[in-house]
Amino acid sequence: MIRVVVSPAAIDVAAELAALERNGAVASFTGLVRGDDGVATLELEHYPGATEAALERLAATARARWSLTAATIVHRVGAMRPGERIVFVGTCAPHRGAALEACAYLIDRLKTDAPFWKRETVNGAARWVEARNSDDVAAARWS
Amino acid sequence: MRLLYFAWVRERVGVGEEEVTPPPSVTTVAELVGWLGGASERHAAAFAEPTRLRAAVDQAFVPLDASIAGAREVAIFPPVTGG
Repeated sequence: MIRVVVSPAAIDVAAELAALERNGAVASFTGLVRGDDGVATLELEHYPGATEAALERLAATARARWSLTAATIVHRVGAMRPGERIVFVGTCAPHRGAALEACAYLIDRLKTDAPFWKRETVNGAARWVEARNSDDVAAARWS
Repeated sequence: MRLLYFAWVRERVGVGEEEVTPPPSVTTVAELVGWLGGASERHAAAFAEPTRLRAAVDQAFVPLDASIAGAREVAIFPPVTGG
């Protein structure tokens, strides 16, 4: 099973985890909006259609590479505040090694392969978040 | 050809999408970016630094030297920052 959701709705981690359970091992990653440097709000823009297609390709690649029985990617878009969940990635496989590795792969590659852009507001001023070289390095270790 | 812009590229151009018909001499994304830069002052500001731009042709990420032959939709945007 592959589940990809791109939506402004809040992420229900308990429901996502329960829906992943097939056999052996479930692993997950949840990303929360950081409030570093006085960030008051975060706005997520995406490329409708291309975003969902990119996430589905990633999930299908992970399923084939680690023989997953389930993979879920949920990414919020729109306006968010620090502390809110912004992204959830979950995997299920017969054993923990595959579930954990595939989960790390999905979040690393999501950061470089899916068309999302973050805009943060600090002290009333909005700015686009710059891409981080460390994300490219993290994504490259899987190729 | 339909062009889509995202994030600060969209803000600088002033619209999220537009229809264009590039001349036959424009065959790659990089050439398209160069040609678009001459369209208006806003376009010039958006496309002044091609090294800060990324692109997708028909919704697939491509390098800037990729061909646009037969493309229906080209998106131009800054490096992605999701997750």
